[in-house]
Amino acid sequence: MQNATQDSSMQTKVLLAWGFVGIPLAWGIIQTLINAMKIFQ
Amino acid sequence: MSFLDRSHTIAGPGFSRWMVPPAALCIHLCIGQAYAISVFNLPMTKLLGISQSTPADWKLTDLGWIFSIAIFVLGVSAALMGRWVEEGGPRKAMFTAGLCWALGFFISAIGVYAHNLWIVYLGYGIFGGIGLGIGYISPVSTLIKWFPDRPGMATGMAIMGFGGGAMIASPLSVWLMARFTTATHVGVAEAFICLGIIYLVFMWVGAAIVRVPAPGWAPEGYTPPTVADKLITRNDVYVYDALKTPQFWLIWWVLCLNVTAGIGVLGQASPMIQEMFPGHVSVAAAAGFVGLLSLFNMLGRFFWASTSDFIGRKNTYFCFFAIGTVLYALVPHTGSVGSLALFVLCFLVIISMYGGGFATVPAYLRDMFGTRYVGAIHGWLITAWSAAGIFGPVLVNYIRQYQIDHGVPKAQAYNTTMYIMAGLLVIGFICNFMIKAVNQRYHMKADALAQPAAARG
Repeated sequence: MQNATQDSSMQTKVLLAWGFVGIPLAWGIIQTLINAMKIFQ
Repeated sequence: MSFLDRSHTIAGPGFSRWMVPPAALCIHLCIGQAYAISVFNLPMTKLLGISQSTPADWKLTDLGWIFSIAIFVLGVSAALMGRWVEEGGPRKAMFTAGLCWALGFFISAIGVYAHNLWIVYLGYGIFGGIGLGIGYISPVSTLIKWFPDRPGMATGMAIMGFGGGAMIASPLSVWLMARFTTATHVGVAEAFICLGIIYLVFMWVGAAIVRVPAPGWAPEGYTPPTVADKLITRNDVYVYDALKTPQFWLIWWVLCLNVTAGIGVLGQASPMIQEMFPGHVSVAAAAGFVGLLSLFNMLGRFFWASTSDFIGRKNTYFCFFAIGTVLYALVPHTGSVGSLALFVLCFLVIISMYGGGFATVPAYLRDMFGTRYVGAIHGWLITAWSAAGIFGPVLVNYIRQYQIDHGVPKAQAYNTTMYIMAGLLVIGFICNFMIKAVNQRYHMKADALAQPAAARG
């Protein structure tokens, strides 16, 4: 039971850590793609 | 400050190794801002004149030195601090990198307020450069130790962040400057202060969550390969012994030549596409092309480094050099037939391999020299990047100018450069071909391995 709680807590931490870096990176990629579209216009 | 020590970062039971790549990305996404520093160049030429430059304003040529100093200091600090990073552990290194990187922005802000360029050189160039060097190598060996089954993918994820950092920093910097710019003031200094605070927080979060595996730890179900591969050692080589091997210097040239071919193109991508396709590509479209190159630079880091786990490092570099040679030789042809799509495609693949070269090399070093000092050896190898940072742009710029001075039309002025780049990649192919396993006389002996790392000379 305790192991399952620990696992779930670690999974939440992993998710938060990836969100912390993933959200700004995704924003940067979207901004880049919006600018890049101009080459095909 | 003992919480920064390596002994305080050993992972406890139940820790997930998937926490470590985001910690590494916290560092690399921040220091990747270096590729976007040029967005400040034009605003910094109007700090006094506001709407246009005055004679007392800074010149673009003087501002270009900020990036050059930072990249030079990156190479030097990575080389000199590599052993300290390796022995002190990743948290101490990441904490220090964050401090230096943020200090670089804060000192530069003072330089901008005082309108003293030397203070900016000191801030971004020296302090920022030290932050870059320490930050770049800080997570490498930790990732390799956490992912012995996929070292290429692990380091690829971190080094991908360095490519992606500019994609965040560029629009963020433009947005911040717009917030603080008024009719009588250009908001560069305020943007520097905001970036310094954001990066300090981000990098210290990375330092807080990073962990090193407990001695003897291995991923669940992982068994080291039983079939011996001559190009993957199970021994360790001490950092200064590695510098005495031909393998180190061959890999140095492999990286240097691969980077030289890509970095010159990255720096000149915007004018190159406009001059090779006159009338077909606007300034905005050229900026879009540069953005697309950044994206493929980033994606290539992850894709090629992950691929190297399956096909081997040597074969991955063979791909870079063989495909790169063909593509560089093909570029002049795309210009002569007016195929913009083919031109863009060629450079997207080339730039993905440029990024891939950076991301695959830590795992190549690990295969050659073992894991113990791979971070420190990687630090020394980064000097190849500094050298390529000089060779690449010089080759592209000077050969183009020489061609134009001798009456070659602008649309064809890059052709010779492309053939020279193809030639450099052939040399890189030969260097890669010559890489063999490290002679066992360089391997660390059992007594040296047992000795605490810091006790070694």
